[in-house]
Amino acid sequence: MAVRVAEEWLSACSGCEIAILNIGEPLVDLLDKLEFVHIPVLMDHKYYGQCGEKKELDIPEADIGIVSGAVANEEHLEVLHKMREKCDILIALGTCATHGGIPALLNCWTMDEALETIFNTPTTQKPSSYPNEGVPKLLDRVYAVDEKVKVDVYLPGCPPNPRHIVEVINALLKGDKPSLPEKSVCDTCPAIRKGKGNVKKIKRFLENAKIDPNQPIEKMQCLLEQGFMCMGPVTAAGCAIDGVPRCISAHVPCRGCFGPVKKDGNQLLDMLNALASNGVDWKSIVDRKSLLRFSGAHGRLRPTRK
Amino acid sequence: MGKVLNIQPVTRIEGHASISIFLDDSGNVKDTRLNILSLRGFEKFIEGRPAEEVPRIVNRICGICPWMHHLAANKAVDGCFGVTPPPAGHKLRELCQLIAHINDKILHFFFLAAPDFVIGPDGDYTVRNVIGIVRQAPELASKVVKMRQLSHLMLERFAGKSIHPMAGVTGGFSKPMTEDERTELLEGANTLLDFSLYALDFAKENVFSKYEDIIKNLGTIKTGFLGTVDDEGNLRLYDGHLRLMKPDGSYKDFSYEEYTDYIEEHVEPFSYAKMPYAKIWNEGFSMDINDPKGIYRANTLARINVADKISTPKAQEAFEEFREKWGRPVQNTLLYHWARLIELVYACERAIELLNDKDITDTNVRTKAKPKAGRGIGCVEAPRGTLIHDYTTDENGCILKANMIVGTTHNIAPMNMSVAQAAKSLIKEGKYNEELLNKVEMAVRAYDP
Repeated sequence: MAVRVAEEWLSACSGCEIAILNIGEPLVDLLDKLEFVHIPVLMDHKYYGQCGEKKELDIPEADIGIVSGAVANEEHLEVLHKMREKCDILIALGTCATHGGIPALLNCWTMDEALETIFNTPTTQKPSSYPNEGVPKLLDRVYAVDEKVKVDVYLPGCPPNPRHIVEVINALLKGDKPSLPEKSVCDTCPAIRKGKGNVKKIKRFLENAKIDPNQPIEKMQCLLEQGFMCMGPVTAAGCAIDGVPRCISAHVPCRGCFGPVKKDGNQLLDMLNALASNGVDWKSIVDRKSLLRFSGAHGRLRPTRK
Repeated sequence: MGKVLNIQPVTRIEGHASISIFLDDSGNVKDTRLNILSLRGFEKFIEGRPAEEVPRIVNRICGICPWMHHLAANKAVDGCFGVTPPPAGHKLRELCQLIAHINDKILHFFFLAAPDFVIGPDGDYTVRNVIGIVRQAPELASKVVKMRQLSHLMLERFAGKSIHPMAGVTGGFSKPMTEDERTELLEGANTLLDFSLYALDFAKENVFSKYEDIIKNLGTIKTGFLGTVDDEGNLRLYDGHLRLMKPDGSYKDFSYEEYTDYIEEHVEPFSYAKMPYAKIWNEGFSMDINDPKGIYRANTLARINVADKISTPKAQEAFEEFREKWGRPVQNTLLYHWARLIELVYACERAIELLNDKDITDTNVRTKAKPKAGRGIGCVEAPRGTLIHDYTTDENGCILKANMIVGTTHNIAPMNMSVAQAAKSLIKEGKYNEELLNKVEMAVRAYDP
């Protein structure tokens, strides 16, 4: 019998769903073993019955539930609780679901401050009140999924690596416990590290890294050692394809999109520690808060007190 | 008080929306609403961020079209810091945008919209989807899965990531293109061009000729249109100037920098998404389907309507056939799909043109930038419509304030009107069913929101 799968997105961009499609042809083979019972991006199952007459939101029962996105409003919360109730195993897919992701950057402000800015741009006709009819109420802040319900499998990444999605699903199909990389991006990066360098200050990424474009990454000096901020040391590995972390493959420093190496790690503190222990002046980083740009849920990012 | 039908979630679209259809006591449609349910706050939370970081943050607005936000943001930051990318940097950005358009159009037409036509609007919902197509038409499915994957891998191999890219950088591009990369991408682009011509023929035969009645009527409304053209009036996706057309076909051209003189955003209590409208027409805002005010549309059909021609041969041929058959401006909402496939051909041909340009492998791809106070307006045509990012920076080069008009939002008011038109013409005297409600959604899906 096929394994039933339900998928939902909360405060999300649909990048995780595209990552599922980016599995490519292996997904077509996987479809023989899976039965999607609910996945709004691809399939027309409705919450309130197919003609919209039921009073209570419903999602079919499933063996595996996949949730992407952070939790930012009351509808997300309702959908998430229903998913937890109806799915035996719940996977938090993508860094928004596991750590808040980019949407949790909003936690640097109160919701009122955010609304005031959003509905007061130069081209906006300022409304007498913010939208409040038939739209879900915003929560006080943006939450990771496990702040609201129990999560069984964490599958981070922005976007997640399609290969991991297949591995996790295959492991679950076999009844095994899925395993994901436990190393850091740095541990998996082939760039040359010469040890403690002369870097005293961190530069902004306003000029390109030094590398001969005809040479592989194995010939490029580590971007941190070139003086750029690179969050490889404090970020969970997993993005690499063909052995090279994705951003590094385009000669661009890592910004931490797989979240901290240990699930509860703090990318900001860990990075400042890593820099300080290498003699780099961490105060040279402009906008230190944004080192938490992918992991601002769990109370890590908060509004500044005025 | 009559009945309310809630279609929630609206499915096979990118994002969170619901449709409410309000029936009167005799079961006829009194009113409808398309509620846009998500609010994410990018205009707030890029405040204070170093501007050069922003293209790597705002790409998360949309995981289907991250390249569009990434590139519009890069253009805006270039403007803030007063830098111009070298020619090769400019071309690499445009090339990536085109490949992303190709990927997006295959996704939308074949994965999201096609089930309504291939399985049928009245198909059972459990099979009226791409998985149903895989089972019912495995050859077609295998082809489209391969082609979408090819465009994804072309971006990933050359630029590191296809979803949430970072290779566009302030002042240009993060790496030059090697000759090997150029050859490989050119081969891919040629394969995609062949597929795009097949896709257009497939759709003409299996969709547009089969569903003429739906195409003529479903969701059809009368509005103006917004898109980008070059100085000769050719369709453009990456750069050019804006053209705003009135419902009568007359139009006015203006530069990106002038957008605030032309467009304002209206707010309704039932949608977190704002509704841009043509302030310049001085007629206010109304979504009355019989007498709309200030309403224009964006996205594929709009761009095909505002363009005088297309600069590449196969797309021009398809454009001429379309214009001859349907006229200008075309108001039939379902023809967004046809226009989408014409653009698919253009995007492939234009990508090949760029890849045949020897200068694209020039190693000078980035102009060094210095953070400073300034303002920059970056605009590209995203698959879902004209995308505008407008940033102001402080003396440290950090964002002071931001304004963004996202492609889909231009079509929020028109989608509301198309939903009203579709619901009113389909649901009468309390008679409704799954098929009719799905047809209302088809009017939304055409806009690829």
